[in-house]
Amino acid sequence: MTGYILKRLLSAIPVLLGITVIVFLIMALIPGDPATAILGSYATPENVEKLNRDLGLDKTLVQQYFIWLGNMAQGDFGTSFALNRPVLDEVLERFNATLVLAGTAFVLCSLLGILAGVISAANQYGWADRAITFVVLLGISIPSFFLGMMMILFFAVNLRLFPVSGMWPIYGARDLSALISHLTMPALALAVVATGVIARLSRSAMLEVLRQDFIRTARAKGVHERGVIWRHALKAAMVSIIPVLGIQAGFVLSGAVYIEIVFQWPGVGRMLVDAILKRDILLVQGGVVFVAACYVLFNIMVDVAQSLLDPRIKT
Amino acid sequence: MSHLPVIRRGLMAAGTALALALGGPTGALAQTPPGVLIVGQIAEPKALDPAAVTAVNDFRILMNLYDGLVRYKDGTLEVEPALATGWEISEDGTVYTFTLRKGVTFHDGSPFNAQAVKFNFDRMLDESHPFHDTGPFPLAFFFSAVDSVEAVDDLTVRFTLNAPYAPFLSNLAYPTGLIVSPAAVEQHGADFGRNPSGTGPFTFAEWRSNEAVVVEANAGYWDGAPELQAVVFRPITDANTRTAEMLAGGIDLMVEVPPVALSEFQGDQYEVHEQAGPHVWFLILNAKEGPFADKRLRQAANYAVNKTALVDEVLEGTAEVAAGPTPPAFAWAYNEDLEPYPYDPDKARALIAEAGAEGAELTFYVTEGGSGMLDPVAMGTAIQADLEAVGFDVKIETYEWNTFLGEVNPGLEGKADMAEMAWMTNDPDTLPFLALRTEAWPDKGGFNSGYYSNPKVDELLEAARVATDQAERARLYKEMQTIVQEDAPWVFVANWKQNAVTSDKVENFTLQPSFFLLLDDVVKN
Repeated sequence: MTGYILKRLLSAIPVLLGITVIVFLIMALIPGDPATAILGSYATPENVEKLNRDLGLDKTLVQQYFIWLGNMAQGDFGTSFALNRPVLDEVLERFNATLVLAGTAFVLCSLLGILAGVISAANQYGWADRAITFVVLLGISIPSFFLGMMMILFFAVNLRLFPVSGMWPIYGARDLSALISHLTMPALALAVVATGVIARLSRSAMLEVLRQDFIRTARAKGVHERGVIWRHALKAAMVSIIPVLGIQAGFVLSGAVYIEIVFQWPGVGRMLVDAILKRDILLVQGGVVFVAACYVLFNIMVDVAQSLLDPRIKT
Repeated sequence: MSHLPVIRRGLMAAGTALALALGGPTGALAQTPPGVLIVGQIAEPKALDPAAVTAVNDFRILMNLYDGLVRYKDGTLEVEPALATGWEISEDGTVYTFTLRKGVTFHDGSPFNAQAVKFNFDRMLDESHPFHDTGPFPLAFFFSAVDSVEAVDDLTVRFTLNAPYAPFLSNLAYPTGLIVSPAAVEQHGADFGRNPSGTGPFTFAEWRSNEAVVVEANAGYWDGAPELQAVVFRPITDANTRTAEMLAGGIDLMVEVPPVALSEFQGDQYEVHEQAGPHVWFLILNAKEGPFADKRLRQAANYAVNKTALVDEVLEGTAEVAAGPTPPAFAWAYNEDLEPYPYDPDKARALIAEAGAEGAELTFYVTEGGSGMLDPVAMGTAIQADLEAVGFDVKIETYEWNTFLGEVNPGLEGKADMAEMAWMTNDPDTLPFLALRTEAWPDKGGFNSGYYSNPKVDELLEAARVATDQAERARLYKEMQTIVQEDAPWVFVANWKQNAVTSDKVENFTLQPSFFLLLDDVVKN
C-alpha cells in the first residue's frame, strides 16, 4: 500500500510542474499587464515602464519563470501587487475559508445525495422515488448563483433569518453559532447541484447492485430489508459512488467561485477572480498552483480510498 | 458577474417583485450599533498608504485618516487651507512657500512639521531616499514638477518647481498629496500600508483582511472631533449583494448604487444622494484616417447619438449629458455657454451626404467594464444603433478592460475608427493636456489616441498650465472648450453623477464632487 501511495505522489510532481508552466504562460500571454491595471487612465508608456521596473517585471519571461519557481521551492510565493501582502498568507487565509465552505457543502451533498439515491433505489418507481427524482432534477437545473441570490432575498432581506454576506459578524463573538448562521445559505446553495448528481448516480449504482445474486442470497437467508440495503448493497455500490464523490468535490470547489462572489465569502475563488481582473500575476499563479496541488492530493486520496474498498484496483 | 448584466437585471427585478409579495422586512438580525457607521465599499483596499494607491475605493478610506497641506472646499473642487494655513507663490510660479498649522500631531504622537512634509515628498520622488523602497508610488508623477522640498523652519516649507505648473495646488489636495507620519513609516517600513498613521479626523484601529477596515474617532482632531465613534468599511464587491446588505440593514451607507437598484431605496427609510463629479464619458474618434478624418463626419456622429436617451434609459438618470471635454463639476473652469450637440439625425444625414460618406464602415471598440465606464456594452450597442440609423455601418469589437486599454492607449491607427473612454480627474488641466494636445499623441507618450491636433488648442493648454492666476486659467480653458466642441475630436456623451444611499439613521452626509467620502460631520442615531 505504501508503495502505491508513494508512486502516486511521485507521479503528481510532473503534473504540478506542468501546471506552473501553464498558469505562468497564461498570465504572460493574456493582454494587459499589472502596471496598466494599477495605473488605469494614467498608464502612459513612460509610467508603465517605470512601474514595471519597480515591480520586477522588466526581466525576460524565462528569467521571471525560474525566479518564481526557485522562490516557490523555498516557500516564497512573492507579494501580491494589488493587496500588498505576501501571496502565501493571503492564499492560506482564503483557502481556509473556502475549505470551510466547500467542505461543509461536500459533506452535505455526499450525505444527502447518497441518502436520496438509496431511498430512490429502494423504492424504485414508488412515490418516494418519483418525488426525489423531481426535486433532484430541479436542483440540478437551477444555476447556483441564481439560487444564492434568491436565498439572500428571501431568508436575509425579507425574513432576516440569516446575514446577507460574509463569514463572520462585523461586531460580536466569532463563535461556532456565528459561523453557522453565516455558512448555512452559501453551503446549501453550493451543495444543491452536486447533491442532485450524486443522488442520480447513487440511485443507478444501487439499482445495479440490488439486481445481483448476493443480494438475493442475503434476502433469502432472512436478512432484514434495511440490512440488505444499507449494509450489503450500499457497501458494494460505494465502489462506484466514491469516484463520483471525487469528481463532485472538484465541482464543489470550482462552483465555490460563484457562491463566494454572491455571498462575499472571503474564499480563494473570489480572490482569484479579483486577482485576474487586476492582473495580480503572482497572486493568480500562487493561488492556482496551491489549489491545483490540493486537488491533485485529494484525487490521490480518493484513489487510495477506492483501492482500500476494492483491492482489485491496486496496480 | 459583470458579463451577464441583462440576465442579472431581470433576476433582480424578479427578486424585487418576490420581495414585495412577501411584505417587506420583518426581523432585526443585522442591526448596527449606534455611533458606528458601517460603509459598504466596492472592494478590498490595496493599502492605507496614500502615496502607494490609485483607486477611488481606497481614497474613500484615506481621506478620513489623513490630511493634506490643502483640501477641496466643501462641495467644490476649489482649494482651501488644511495642514497649511496659507501659502505664497513666487512671481514666476515656480516657488511655493507654505506656512504650516501649529500644534498638530500625528496619530502616533509624533509632531507634524516642515520636516515631516519634506519626508513625505522625498520618499515619493527621490529614488535614493531611505524609504523610497516602501513604494512603488504609481501616481508620484503628479508631483514630477517638484524639483526640491525644503524645510525653511519648523513651520515653513518651500517647494521649488522645475517649471510653472498650475495644477500643483489641486494635486496637493488629491490623496497622493496626503501627509503620512514619518515616524510610522520608519517603524513599519513596507508594512506602513497596513499600519497607517496620519493627522485626520479618524485614527486607524484594525484591518481584518477581506472583512473590514475599522477607524475610530480622533478626539484631538485639529478641525473638531468627529461625531461618530467609529467607521467600519466593508468590502462588498458584488453590487447586488451590496444592495441586499443595505436592504437588510447590514450597512448604513452604500456607495456606487447600481442604477437598476435605485428604485429599491425610494422609501422614507433611505435617502439617495447624488453629486455630479469631474467625470466625462466620451467616444474617441480617429481623426487621422478613415471617415472621422473629416470634421463634418465627427460632427455628424455628435448629432446622431441620442445622449438624452443614453443618460435616461441606459444609465437610468445616473448621469447628465456632456457638452464638451470639461465636466461642469470644475465650476470655475467650465464654459457655461456651451450647449450639448442636440440629437438631430437629419442634420447628421445631411452632413454625411455633404461629405459623400453614406454607408461608411466604422470599427467601434467597446469595453466590457472598467473604472468610470458605467454600462459600456449597453451604451455601445445603443450608440451603434444611433449611428446606423443615420447611415453609418458600425462594427463593434468588445474587449475586457485591461485588454481594451492595451488596444486603445497606443492609438487607434490601423485598427479602429472610434473607442469608448471615460476619465475622472481632479484638475481641469489633466484630461485635455494628456488627451487633446498634438504633443500628447500616443507615440509621444500621451493619451491622444484619436490623433486630434489643433495648434490653437495646444497653445491655450500650454498657456493655462503655466498661468498661476485662476481667472486667467479659466478664460483659457473656456476658449479651449469652445474650439474643441466645434472640432469634435470626441463624441461628448455623459458626465457621471456619483450616488450613495444612507439609512434614515444617518444624518449630515453629503457627497463631494471630488468623489471622496468625508465622514467627519456625519451623525448616526
